[in-house]
Amino acid sequence: MLLVYCPYCEEAREEEEFTYGGEAHIKRPLSPHTLTDEEWGDYLYFRKNPRGLHHEMWFHNAGCRRYFCATRDTVTYKILETYKIGGPPKSPSIPAGADG
Amino acid sequence: MIPTHRAQINRITADARIDTSRAINFFFNGKRYQGYLGDTLASALLANGVNVVGRSFKYSRPRGIVSHGAEEPNAIVQINTGKLTIPNLKATQVELYEGLKANSVNGWPNVEFDLMSIFGWFRRMMPPGFYYKTFMSPAKFWMVYERFIRKAAGLGRSPMQFDPDSYDKLNQHTDILVVGAGPSGMLAAREAARTGARVIIVDEQNEFGGSLLASTQTIDGIKASSWVKNLMAELTKNKNVLMLPRSTAFGFYDHNFVAVIERRTDHLGDSASGLCRERIHRVRAKQVILATGALERPLVFAHNDIPGVMLASSVSNYLIRYGVAPGNRLLLFTTNDNAYQTAIDWYQSGREVVAIVDSRRNLSGAMYEAARKLGIEVKSGHAVIEAEGGKRVCSARVASLSRQGNKIDGLVEKLDCDLIACSGGWSPTIHLSSHTGSKPVWNESISGFVSGSSREDLLLVGACNGEYSLTGCLANGAEIGCRAAESIGYQISAIETPRFQVDELEELPQQTIFLVPHDKGISRAPSSFVDMQLDVTADSIEIAVREGFESIEHIKRYTALGFGTDQGKLSNVNGIGILAQMLGKSISEIGTTVFRPAYTPTTFGAIAGRDVGALFDPERLTAIHRWHEENGAKFEDVGQWKRPWFYPRASESMEEAVHRECIAVRNGVGILDASTLGKIDIKGPDAAEFLSRVYTNSFLTLARGKCRYGVMLKEDGMIFDDGVCACLGPNHYLMFTTTGGAAQVLAWLELWRQTEWPELRVYCTSVTDHWGTVTLSGPDSRRVLEAVCAGIDLDNDSFPFMEWRDAIIAGVDARIFRISFTGELSFEINMPAHHARHIWEALMDSGEPYDITPYGTETMHVLRAEKGFMIVGQDTDGSMTPYDMGLGWVVNKSKEFSFLGKRSLDRSHMLRKDRKQFIGLKTIEGSKMLPEGGQLIFDPEEQIPMSMQGHVTSSYYSPSFGHPIALGVIKGGFSRMGQIVYCPQPNGEIISAEIVNSVFYDGDGARQNV
Repeated sequence: MLLVYCPYCEEAREEEEFTYGGEAHIKRPLSPHTLTDEEWGDYLYFRKNPRGLHHEMWFHNAGCRRYFCATRDTVTYKILETYKIGGPPKSPSIPAGADG
Repeated sequence: MIPTHRAQINRITADARIDTSRAINFFFNGKRYQGYLGDTLASALLANGVNVVGRSFKYSRPRGIVSHGAEEPNAIVQINTGKLTIPNLKATQVELYEGLKANSVNGWPNVEFDLMSIFGWFRRMMPPGFYYKTFMSPAKFWMVYERFIRKAAGLGRSPMQFDPDSYDKLNQHTDILVVGAGPSGMLAAREAARTGARVIIVDEQNEFGGSLLASTQTIDGIKASSWVKNLMAELTKNKNVLMLPRSTAFGFYDHNFVAVIERRTDHLGDSASGLCRERIHRVRAKQVILATGALERPLVFAHNDIPGVMLASSVSNYLIRYGVAPGNRLLLFTTNDNAYQTAIDWYQSGREVVAIVDSRRNLSGAMYEAARKLGIEVKSGHAVIEAEGGKRVCSARVASLSRQGNKIDGLVEKLDCDLIACSGGWSPTIHLSSHTGSKPVWNESISGFVSGSSREDLLLVGACNGEYSLTGCLANGAEIGCRAAESIGYQISAIETPRFQVDELEELPQQTIFLVPHDKGISRAPSSFVDMQLDVTADSIEIAVREGFESIEHIKRYTALGFGTDQGKLSNVNGIGILAQMLGKSISEIGTTVFRPAYTPTTFGAIAGRDVGALFDPERLTAIHRWHEENGAKFEDVGQWKRPWFYPRASESMEEAVHRECIAVRNGVGILDASTLGKIDIKGPDAAEFLSRVYTNSFLTLARGKCRYGVMLKEDGMIFDDGVCACLGPNHYLMFTTTGGAAQVLAWLELWRQTEWPELRVYCTSVTDHWGTVTLSGPDSRRVLEAVCAGIDLDNDSFPFMEWRDAIIAGVDARIFRISFTGELSFEINMPAHHARHIWEALMDSGEPYDITPYGTETMHVLRAEKGFMIVGQDTDGSMTPYDMGLGWVVNKSKEFSFLGKRSLDRSHMLRKDRKQFIGLKTIEGSKMLPEGGQLIFDPEEQIPMSMQGHVTSSYYSPSFGHPIALGVIKGGFSRMGQIVYCPQPNGEIISAEIVNSVFYDGDGARQNV
């Protein structure tokens, strides 16, 4: 079970207070109808699923009820940082050294 | 009274950790024995000379106690009877208490005389995969075979009654968690605690001390046991330290979350009734120190499973810790110096050491010299190649071994003995570190797997890190304790780390032998057992290899190696070694299987804790719930809500009650508690714009006092939720959601509001529980409401359909919405929840002249189905668009903003003519019901597999029509009106139905609009 630091509550809380929100920094196209079906499909369905660092959203469901972002290593599950919506991540999306 | 069966013939009451003044009576397999306070069931059985404690799983061979801890494969017992029974405990871990009743889990009619042992004689006819190979055909007979096989093979029996005990869970946050209270762990805890760090130290045994509890050594001039006592005193005094004996860290999860089960009462027997039996400590630690020690590895030789073959360290443990000598004439078989201590301990207890058989040649060193000085015979370069005996070892066949240890190169001699202590070296107990996902690494110099973890917040210390000398463990423990505290910000004192004076002899390198050779080849020699609990022999691994298995994961599953309740604690490494040898590969190439939680079996009771019965899941009750109970309602679970399902009168069946309720609403007036509907209060200058983006239709034009039905889509264009939304005032709206969708809808709104459109000034608040909702429905509903309602005109011109008004009902402020889910004239009344029952009762009174009828969810469903109103999640399944459901009228594509899901509605797949569409179904044979979920086909003559064209989503008997009606989805349904479809049943019957419009009742909506 993960220990997640909520950047709004400024506290580390148990994972059971949170809901996973999927990949972060996906921008909704401003003019969906100018996109081809394929382009719209990419926005709808295609996600990164990296082995290594991943920027993702979490929802503090049983807390402040706010969405925020986290940079997590998908191999070690280590959370390198959490940051508010709109903020850029400090860590780039490069694969991290995996433990084991 | 049953007489005590036998005296404690093997008890030598030298300086042991038992209280010989406190005799304890217990029962094993129906016979009465006596032990002492401090004994385990295993030590007491050995004291009483009980050789056979169980029968083996597959061949029913007699088995005795092998070890003294969690690794025990044989001594598996069932404790107590009735609802207090506990299956599959290891006798080595069961503390003795007065009146304890234990039984072997295998053996019929009993362990001394087991009829199933006939299987043992036919061992060669029962290779790995025997059951699958033999009972393969005919396939359907497997079920018959299985019943008998399960009976022959099963371990303990689970209790058949409710568990009367209580269990707790505790959340613990600590700086440092130390797992294992042996010398390394205790010192790590002490040094860390001295810096001021908060420390939790847990150990699975009843006493702290680990290996020191069975040691004759001295530390700094004092006896090991006294040294432990002093250390305990210091730890006990430090309020930063929480010490948990009888507590097993059974699972190591992410971010240093460790689950620890503390057994609080099992050792107390009956005297503990009323106390919480076990509790799980959910520990979150900044640093975890694993000091879990090591497990001794048995040697695999022919008939190594005869009772009387034990681990060397276990023999010492029983001797020193429990004052029990499990035999008279000891033969020690070892590949290392460490086990010499057992022969020395045995000699000093005054019993005979027949010989030390050491696989290594050219012996020298301090341990060897110490044994020789006592006059013990040491046979170097030799091995025990076979144990002999029936229910007890009576002799050993010993032969000279080749230098590599893989061949016999001399004559075989027979040595009489009744106890063979064996040691093939040690395996670090790295299970917990493996739970975190790190792969074990083979370390040639210690001939064992060590942890491959390189995490900064997980430290391994002592024997579980491959450090086997006591001096090393103590120094290592002290150092790691300091380092752990320092790494999380505690100051360590400048004083140098403590040094320890230990009377310890230096040990020379061991030899690694996984399979002891026999004078016959492996397939002709008597069985050499690798995994005793599941009867996996060396030759069964050979057969698996011969049949083409190479991966250890496959071998494990084919032979069942390591699959028992002991999880292969003694067998895994030997199995891997034997496999490597047979494949001509290195151990590193073979690798290990994956260790998973739990380290030892954990009770379901502890995992459930208090979350059982009424506390399993919260129940949500409406403010009118008690009235429903008082009036005989039957309830239905809708999510966590309890909703009235129907209100049977006298001896009415459900069918009859629903029929009556339906007719009452259609012809008179009904009343429904709809308080569970989700309600979200939406406020802000951009509220209307926000709603227009999340609903398919426009809300910019909705004036105060008006309501609008809306549908929400996910971005993929599929229906997600529906409901009415009302404009309460400038920049203020109330959104109704489905009962089940309320939480998801709110999270969905928050997602878009917070992450994509933060510029919109709008706020969403859940008000579901703040408002009660009472629905009056039926042609008489206006008259019922008029009698208690003040302040507004209720006629259709002043208060038309799809509008709402503030009103005072029975003296209480309320909102009335003219919306309808039944198709009849309806008033949905919202009031502060604490007034809900007051208004409900006022309406019941004013409705009395009209025979007002409370109705439940079942009637609501029937009535809405007659009207063809969909229920999201029942008639839709996440693949239906508003067009598919005939709701095109609710989609406003001319809105400026591209609302959620809009673009998806134009994807090529969405425009196909053969999408499944929402239709009504009327069975041809009028009285037949279509089953919900039934698949629909066009051609009943089609070959199987038939092409599925759609399915039934809702099906009810309709009291309004006097025949069943159904709703469903079917490919191209809108253009198939009047066509016949077929619904094949499991019994071969085919129900045919006509496709009709989904609105059965009052197609032009006249009745709700009066």
